[in-house]
Amino acid sequence: MLEVRNLGVRFGHGGKTFSAVRDVSFAAAKGNSFGLVGESGCGKSTILRVLAGAIKGWTGAIAIAGRLVGRDRDRAFFKTVQMVFQDPYGALHPRHTVDRTLSEPIAIHRLDSRQARIDEVLRDVGLGPAFRFRYPHQLSGGQRQRVAIARALVLEPDLLLLDEPTSALDVSVQAEILNLLMRVRADRRLTMVLVSHSLAVVGHMCDALGVMQRGRIVEQVTADALRTGRVHAPYTRTLLSVAGGEPKAGPAARFA
Amino acid sequence: MDDALVTVRDLWVEFPARRATIAAVRGVSFELGREKLGIVGESGSGKTLTARALMRLVPRPGRIRAARLRFAGTDLLAASDRQIRRIRGRRIAMVLQDPKFSLNPVMRIGTQMAEACQVHHRTAGHDAARWVADALRTVRIDDADRVMRAHPHQVSGGMAQRIMIAMMLIADPDLLIADEPTSALDVTSQRQVLSILDEQVTKRGMGLIFISHDLDLVASFCDRILVMRSGRIVETCRADRLADAAHPYTRGLLDCRPRLDRPPGEPLPVLPRASGLHPGGQGHA
Repeated sequence: MLEVRNLGVRFGHGGKTFSAVRDVSFAAAKGNSFGLVGESGCGKSTILRVLAGAIKGWTGAIAIAGRLVGRDRDRAFFKTVQMVFQDPYGALHPRHTVDRTLSEPIAIHRLDSRQARIDEVLRDVGLGPAFRFRYPHQLSGGQRQRVAIARALVLEPDLLLLDEPTSALDVSVQAEILNLLMRVRADRRLTMVLVSHSLAVVGHMCDALGVMQRGRIVEQVTADALRTGRVHAPYTRTLLSVAGGEPKAGPAARFA
Repeated sequence: MDDALVTVRDLWVEFPARRATIAAVRGVSFELGREKLGIVGESGSGKTLTARALMRLVPRPGRIRAARLRFAGTDLLAASDRQIRRIRGRRIAMVLQDPKFSLNPVMRIGTQMAEACQVHHRTAGHDAARWVADALRTVRIDDADRVMRAHPHQVSGGMAQRIMIAMMLIADPDLLIADEPTSALDVTSQRQVLSILDEQVTKRGMGLIFISHDLDLVASFCDRILVMRSGRIVETCRADRLADAAHPYTRGLLDCRPRLDRPPGEPLPVLPRASGLHPGGQGHA
């Protein structure tokens, strides 16, 4: 479904350039999820933005659904690929109702039966039709993220790009959103690329993942290998030791 | 009992609304010595307001009432505004979630830190510079000269948070309130900031109130934990015993986290929603 080969991104001009992404290759089959983990500034969000078409200056090759994609994307591309952002407070227009937020992509892509599509997608993300005429300030953080997911799903995309979809949310709300994503992925055979700084979240959601450091993927492992601790790169081990799931000896041992 | 640094007995924080009064903190009681106390709970559970009540910094039109609210022998409810101003910043300091909003963006870091020295220690200009350099070194910033000349946008989030901590420690407070100090940081700088906090709190023998929604973090960092929900403390336990917590809400919070030792693909257990007249979310969340 998705194949990325030798992706590179450089920012800046002349002598002062910065390589944000270097020689990154990965692939995800249809219905699978690929995760990218790493700390701030390692380039994981940049990769998502390249996939989404928001950054144009990249090198390498990207193929989505068997077709190579170029720098400029047509409307059909944006119907196949949709993105959900980290901050549900910033992602929705504060003066647009849920209905208007969801109508816009439908209008842009000139799809029919607007009403039915909105009703269906709202039901899919666990918000009833009662939410349709609310404004973002009348919703909680978790509900806003559901609306953002609904906006991405309303076009029935094949590839969903998720940039830290739960890191602005409480643990209990995070669980609900992750469950929702797992369910829609299974129902719609969606392919997902999930960016997160939490190894636990990626390990829970994805079939395979890439651990990134300074613009490179330092290690690619399957979720099973991660779970059983079969990782090699020292950086992955560090992340794994912070991710939990193993006993802790107390503050001194952990923060030494 | 007044050897405790902070005594809180039956604390309520209420907001009069059009029809009814909404209580955001409902009858919270705890004591704090020179220890690290963690407060965990979801957004809107009242953890921030509980801590802010100790500085009488509850946003208008909120009202604080309590059977007892004492800090180091001072009755915080009876104290005059003048007395409270002496306590705020000097004896109780606060570190907030996002350092970028706490630092003045148009002032050099050295200048704004020197201001703290001048206010709290009445130091003169060049003395202040030395104080600031020392303060920065305590939070493991080695190139203090460069950092002092920089503006807040020129330093990273982790560095800015360390600067904030250094600035709060200048006054040598007895109690530090850290409200989600590491939620905006990534794993590596999170660990660094926590180890600095730990080191300084232990060395200076301060009390620390550490507010977070991250159970793992609180469990590994604090001595004791209060779990709050809908304005009430539902459970108090020792941090190293968090895994044995008995209250269903605490269990729910523990169980709904994704874990690597959980079978993949299985839905995570979710918590039932808080009920009653408790509006979800809070102003700044």
